[in-house]
Amino acid sequence: MTILQLIAFTAVKILVIFTMMMLTVSYLVYFERKISAWAQNRLGPNRVGWFGLLQPFADVFKLALKEDIVPTNANKTIHTLAPMIALFVAFTTYAVIPFGPDVTMFGITVPLVVADVNIGILYVLALSSLGVYAITLAGWSSGSKYSLLGGIRSSAQMISYEISMGFSVGGVLLFAGSLRPVAIVQAQQGWMWNAVLQPIGFITFLVSAFAETNRLPFDLPEAEPELVGGFHTEYSSMKFAGFFLAEYANMIIASALIVTLYLGGWQFPYIESFGLPAGLVAIIQVLTFLVKIAFLLFFFIWVRWSIPRFRYDQLMNLGWKVMFPLSLINIIWVACLIMIFNL
Amino acid sequence: MNLRRRKKDLTFWERIYIPEIIKGLALTLRTMFKPKFTVEYPEVKFIPPASYRGRPVLVMEENGKERCVACGLCARVCPPLAIEVQAAETQDEKERYPVKFEINMIRCIFCGFCEEVCPEEAIVMSKDYELSFSSREEALYGKDKLLTPIKQVQDRIDFLRHYK
Ligand code: SF4
Ligand code: SF4
Repeated sequence: MTILQLIAFTAVKILVIFTMMMLTVSYLVYFERKISAWAQNRLGPNRVGWFGLLQPFADVFKLALKEDIVPTNANKTIHTLAPMIALFVAFTTYAVIPFGPDVTMFGITVPLVVADVNIGILYVLALSSLGVYAITLAGWSSGSKYSLLGGIRSSAQMISYEISMGFSVGGVLLFAGSLRPVAIVQAQQGWMWNAVLQPIGFITFLVSAFAETNRLPFDLPEAEPELVGGFHTEYSSMKFAGFFLAEYANMIIASALIVTLYLGGWQFPYIESFGLPAGLVAIIQVLTFLVKIAFLLFFFIWVRWSIPRFRYDQLMNLGWKVMFPLSLINIIWVACLIMIFNL
Repeated sequence: MNLRRRKKDLTFWERIYIPEIIKGLALTLRTMFKPKFTVEYPEVKFIPPASYRGRPVLVMEENGKERCVACGLCARVCPPLAIEVQAAETQDEKERYPVKFEINMIRCIFCGFCEEVCPEEAIVMSKDYELSFSSREEALYGKDKLLTPIKQVQDRIDFLRHYK
C-alpha cells in the first residue's frame, strides 16, 4: 500500500465514522426520549416527521437559534474552550476502536479501524481522562457555585472510578497479551469472550463506564435536583449542545469499548464454519459489531430510566470499597485461569 | 427478645445490589410494552366528567330564553369580580331578565361560586376548556357566547342536584 492510498483510505474511514457518529448521536437523543417515554407509559416525540423521526433536527435548529449567554464573571476563553475539549475528546477516542475485520478491496487489504496503533487501549484511557478536564474547566470557568460543585464532583468521581476501570482492563490485557484493540478482539475467538471468562471484571468495567460517561445512576456532576444543571448550568445555545453531543458520543464510545474488550468486538461466534464468501462474512461481522453496540446503548438508556441516582458518599463508597477490591480480585482470577489452563 | 428485621437492614442479596437492579430493570422493561396513557390532544379531545369545572355558561331554556333572573348574586359572590349583570323587566313569568350579562374570562378563576350561589340553576360550569383570546376585548364573553342550550349542560345540572 502506498502512502497516498493509505491517506485516502484513512480519510474515507474518518469521514464515514464521523458522519455515523453524528447521526447516531442525534438519533440516540431521539431514542433516549422515546425509551424514557415508553418506560413511563407515554408516547414520546411523534410530531416532527414520521413517528417524530425528524425531532433531532428540530432540536438542533432550536439550540442553534438560542441566544448564547456567557455570565459576566465567567472566564470567557475557558468558558468557550470547555465544550470544544469535550467534543474533541469524544470524537477522537473512536480512532482506535476496530469495527470490522481486515477486508480486501481492489487487491488492497484495509483494516477496518482508523488507526491500528499498538497502544490503543492506553490512548483510549488517556483521552477519556482528558474528558474530565472539559467538565471541570466548564464548572470552574462559569463563575457559579453550582457549576463549580458539579465540576469538582466530576473530577472526584473520575479519580475513584478510573482506578477500577484500569484494573479491570488489566485482566483483559493479560489474556490478549497486547494493548492493540485489534489483537484484543482476535483473542476472543468463538465464545471465549472476556465477559464470559471474567464476569467480575466485566461488571466492574460496566459500572465504571457508567461513571465515566456521567450517566445515571452516576450523573452527580449534573444532578438536577441539587445542582440546577451542574457543570452546564451556565451554558446555552450551541455550547450547551456541545456538551450534550459529547455526552452521547461518550456513550457510544463506552459501548464500543465494552464490546471490543469484553463482548468479542466484531466477532460472530463460529462464523468460519458456515463457509460463506469472505465479503459476506466481513459485512456480517460489521453488522454484529453494530448490533452489539446498539444493545449496549439501549442498556445505557434503560438503566437511566430504572435506577435512581446514588448519593455522593454512596458513590465514593462504591468506588473505593467495592469496585476497587473487586477489580483486584478479577486480576487474580485471570492470573489463576492463565496459570491453570495455560491460555 | 424481638429480633424483627427492620426495613433498613438489608439482606446479603439486597446489599450486593445486582439482583435488585435486575428486578428494577425487568419492571421498566415490562412497562415499556404496556398500553400508553397519552391522549394525543389536538386530534383526540379529552372529554371531562360532569364534575369538571370548565368555562361558566348561562343555561338557555327550550324556549330560547335564559333562565337567569338577574338577581346579581353571582356577580356579588364572584371573587375576582368577573361578572357584570344589568337587570331589566320582562312580561314573562319571571319578571326580570339580564339585558347585559358579561363574564370577563381573563378574570374568571373557575372557582364555581357563581354556580353554587345561583338560586335558579341559571349559571353552570361547562366542559369547555379550550379558551384563547388575542385581545382583552375578545375575552369579554357576552350573552351571545354564554347562552348554552340546556341539553348540553344537563349532566352538570344532574351532578349538582346530586352532590351539591
Ligand atoms: S367561576 Fe368563579 S370566578 Fe368565574 S365567574 Fe364564576 S364566580 Fe366568578
Ligand atoms: S345568580 Fe343566577 S339568577 Fe342570579 S344573576 Fe347570577 S346567573 Fe342570574
